[in-house]
Amino acid sequence: MIPAKFDYVAAESAGHAIELLAEHGDDAKVLAGGHSLLPMMKLRLATPELLIDIGGLDELAGVSVDGPDLVVGATTRHADLAASELARAEAPLLAYAASQVGDPQIRHRGTIGGSLSHADPAADLPMALVALGGTVVVEGQAGTRTVGADDFFLGYFETVLAPDELVTAVRVPRRPGVPWGYQKFVRRANDWAIVGVAALDGRIALANMGPTPLRAAAAENALAAGASAADAAELAADGTSPGEDLHADREYRRHLARILTRRALEHETA
Amino acid sequence: MSILGTRVLRTEDPRFLTTGGVYVEDLVDERLDGACHVFFVRSPVAHARISGIDASAALAAPGVVAVFTAADVADLPTIPPSGPMNKHMQQPMLATDKVRYVGEPVAVVVVEQPYQGEDALELVAVDYEPLPAVLGFDPSDDTLLFEDAGTNVAGWWGNPAELKADLFDGCEVVVSQVIINQRVAPAPMESRGAAAVWGADGRLTAWIPNQGAQGTKGGLARMLNLEPSQVRVITPDVGGAFGAKFGADREHVIVAWVARELGRPARWSETRYENLIGMTHGRAQQHTITIGGSRDGDVLAYRLEVVQDAGAYVRAGGFLPMLTRLMTSGPYDIPRAESVAKVVVTSTTPIGAYRGAGRPEASAALERAIDLFAAEAGLDPADVRRKNLLPAFTEPHRTAFGALYDTGDYVTGLERALAAAGYVELRAEQAARRARGDVRQLGIGLASYVEITGMGEGEGSGPNENATVEVRPDGTATILTGTSPHGQGHQTAWAMLASEELGIPVEKITLKWGDTDLIPKGGGTGGSRSLQLGGAAVRQASQELIEEARQRAAAQLEASPADLVYDKTKTSFNVAGDPDAAVPLTQLAEQERLLIRAVFTGPGATFPFGTHVAVVEVDAETGKPTLLRMITVDDAGVVLNPLLAEGQRHGGIGQGAAQAMVEEVVYDTDGNPLTTSFADYPFVSATELPSFELVDSQTPTTYNPLGVKGIGEAGSIGSTPAVQNAIVDAVAHLGVRHIDMPTTSRRIWQAIRAAGQHSESEHA
Ligand SMILES: Cc1cc2nc3c(=O)[nH]c(=O)nc-3n(C[C@H](O)[C@H](O)[C@H](O)COP(=O)(O)OP(=O)(O)OC[C@H]3O[C@@H](n4cnc5c(N)ncnc54)[C@H](O)[C@@H]3O)c2cc1C
Repeated sequence: MIPAKFDYVAAESAGHAIELLAEHGDDAKVLAGGHSLLPMMKLRLATPELLIDIGGLDELAGVSVDGPDLVVGATTRHADLAASELARAEAPLLAYAASQVGDPQIRHRGTIGGSLSHADPAADLPMALVALGGTVVVEGQAGTRTVGADDFFLGYFETVLAPDELVTAVRVPRRPGVPWGYQKFVRRANDWAIVGVAALDGRIALANMGPTPLRAAAAENALAAGASAADAAELAADGTSPGEDLHADREYRRHLARILTRRALEHETA
Repeated sequence: MSILGTRVLRTEDPRFLTTGGVYVEDLVDERLDGACHVFFVRSPVAHARISGIDASAALAAPGVVAVFTAADVADLPTIPPSGPMNKHMQQPMLATDKVRYVGEPVAVVVVEQPYQGEDALELVAVDYEPLPAVLGFDPSDDTLLFEDAGTNVAGWWGNPAELKADLFDGCEVVVSQVIINQRVAPAPMESRGAAAVWGADGRLTAWIPNQGAQGTKGGLARMLNLEPSQVRVITPDVGGAFGAKFGADREHVIVAWVARELGRPARWSETRYENLIGMTHGRAQQHTITIGGSRDGDVLAYRLEVVQDAGAYVRAGGFLPMLTRLMTSGPYDIPRAESVAKVVVTSTTPIGAYRGAGRPEASAALERAIDLFAAEAGLDPADVRRKNLLPAFTEPHRTAFGALYDTGDYVTGLERALAAAGYVELRAEQAARRARGDVRQLGIGLASYVEITGMGEGEGSGPNENATVEVRPDGTATILTGTSPHGQGHQTAWAMLASEELGIPVEKITLKWGDTDLIPKGGGTGGSRSLQLGGAAVRQASQELIEEARQRAAAQLEASPADLVYDKTKTSFNVAGDPDAAVPLTQLAEQERLLIRAVFTGPGATFPFGTHVAVVEVDAETGKPTLLRMITVDDAGVVLNPLLAEGQRHGGIGQGAAQAMVEEVVYDTDGNPLTTSFADYPFVSATELPSFELVDSQTPTTYNPLGVKGIGEAGSIGSTPAVQNAIVDAVAHLGVRHIDMPTTSRRIWQAIRAAGQHSESEHA
């Protein structure tokens, strides 16, 4: 429970963090809320030599509106996003997802940038981003690029981020008043989803049904073709490849995906 | 007005809530200056031969003082199995030749600073030649954990050849079921630890979180080949134990050994990962039950066949099934009942005592059996209980298994719980939901239990405990107790008992425990023994102190002791009718120490009882269970402090419900533990539990002058089967008969589906 030896630098700015990343490459890791990284380090599943702390960078925190998008800074804490009036009005699904993460302590440390970069397929915010069709703003030495939610996640704990790149913000389309549904199936209140479903306006995202957050494409297509929520939901697990663990086998996960998708399409939250 | 029976706030809390407790890891003591830190290399494989250990890289690492293996500690004895079990199943202090479970200590790395330990651990190279894991309740003897033993069966309680073939003759309804009482982790908030130092006189002082310093001292002395007088154990604050901190573990012995070997103090504190694989686990029994009776609900015969998975070494696992057997027939009057228990060893963490220790297992099996019988006979489980519970008794009742129940009124307990729950209305609500085909179905589960508390050391020696009470010249009092609080609130309760006799306010009474030089004898805290034995001793010592003071005061006042009255409000004696002729207690204490040690010995164990009603909702589509209500009668005799008693009930009910619903230590088929962090080992939080509805019920015992029985474990004994029964009940109308614990949503869903397929194939 004691991490291997590492050095620590508090980044002075996003630019500084990117410089340090470029200099140290794979040996360095960005530290945001630390609520995924530090447990991995304590279990020695991660042994970075240098931590570049961006958690205190105000320039990366905050919720604002930019044209058609709601913009959430990378170091915005889950608790701040959940409480943001702006987020709750413009992208209530995103604010709700943030409110469902872990417990209050975790929500006061963990950040949206950290959650997306960590890319746990069972996590809340990645699924919400996919459901909302948002984009991730990424900065590196080569400049800034934006990556669509569907392209950002590559696999279990794997994203398109290059070693010298930083997530600086997340953009989601403003959807005030559009009905949505959110289903997080857990054993205990502060657990990760055994299966999660977020749905909004014909888009359906699934958590923990494969190595990344997934779109329930067959169900979406059925909806687009005029199927009822119940009929579309029957297709929710098609094309998914859920894993097996202590809580669920594949069959049960597929079953849950169908039930929860129906409930999410009926705009239920849980 | 008497202070007894009132809700005195816990006097220990201000310190815990402000400056905090001082646990072994926090200890600052000059005797421990310059301590080295002990780390354990633990086996990463379930079962293997050790073909070599190379510590050279570790020895070269920064801060490493020494590395020790089994060869170094060869002077220490091996630990024999408990109970009448196969004597070849010895536990070495460090794994010798073989490892038998993931987490078994193989070597010790001693470092200067704690942070150096985990780095150095990774550098100790151990060669393992893997052997097949030995797992399950029926491990084959193809692979032996102990070659010398010739079998993986450690032993038996009872003789299976004596089970009666005709036990169920004449029964119109007979049901059988194999039930798993799964392995759980005690997971106290404070994990294990130790600090040890040897004096120039060759005496060991060891600080160890424990449930009874005297027992821990005895264990250390035995395992270090020392005279008991050469060992002093001091107990810091203890952050929970649940049965798993009794005595001494081999890690404690090793820490003391290292301190002696290196001639400097040594410390150890366990990580959570180590705790979840290294501390003993609990339960781990398989029950094969058969129950039979008449169509109208008379239970006539019951058989319980227990298999105890003891883990790799037979610790408490050797005698837990004896307690399970003893409680086979529980609160019921069953004309023919029998049970046997087999103990097996497996390549898993050893099993130890865990809240209830053997009795919850008996209750869980029996309460499932009663429900299975009721379901088969088509009767209301409440009616079956009504019909078969022993009628109220005030003279001790001897069961067929030899238990002597002191007092009990089980039917009243059941009726009170049912009334408080609104049982009839709940059944109506359940019927309505079933009729409507609601997604969320209601389940109502009952469990009536009786359990054993305050057991003696063995036949002949009545259970006993000591207390010393001293009144000081400054008007304060000190109590020394042989019990050992670790969350229960003894400081408050023992002070209340002394205050009642002495008149000294609770705030001015200090409780001391857990230092074996100060308190050489004591049975500690476990088996729900403390109040009925240790508390009774405090009362007795306080009364004897007043009598001693009366003699002294009488001499001073030149009066007859019988003419003196003790005025508690003034803590002073005066001659009856003459308030001016007075001698205060403080004055007597100033003249000569006013101190009394008393030993209270009871006639035998007491048997608390009760009924729990659990109300759950099950989402029939997903299988997700939600615990909605827990209504419990836990009758442990007279209640000294309702606040403390309720606290014990709350903790127990929550812990028991958690076993029913979520908790389980899981191993894969190679014997690798999968539940090695709190992300995977799911103990529950307040969020998962409703507010409990505690019904008051107090049937005094005659076994001690306080009229009290134990309440520490009862909550977990009743709630586990009540919740499990409720969950099965919620989906019973879909054809489900039984679901093993933990009743996770997946298992419930699978059970619903299997029942559906079963009935489809029946109709086809
Ligand atoms: C007990 C517990 C329960 C939890 N429950 C949930 C839950 O229910 N649902 C859920 O979704 N999550 C849950 N989490 C995870 C939590 O949300 C984490 O906070 C989050 O996943 C990571 O955010 P962080 O800011 O803490 O990132 P960190 O731990 O600091 O970093 C995580 C990873 O992302 C990288 N990183 C961080 N920020 C950036 C950035 N801006 N650009 C590039 N890389 C970056 C780091 O280098 C690291 O690799 C839980 C965590 C714990 C400890």
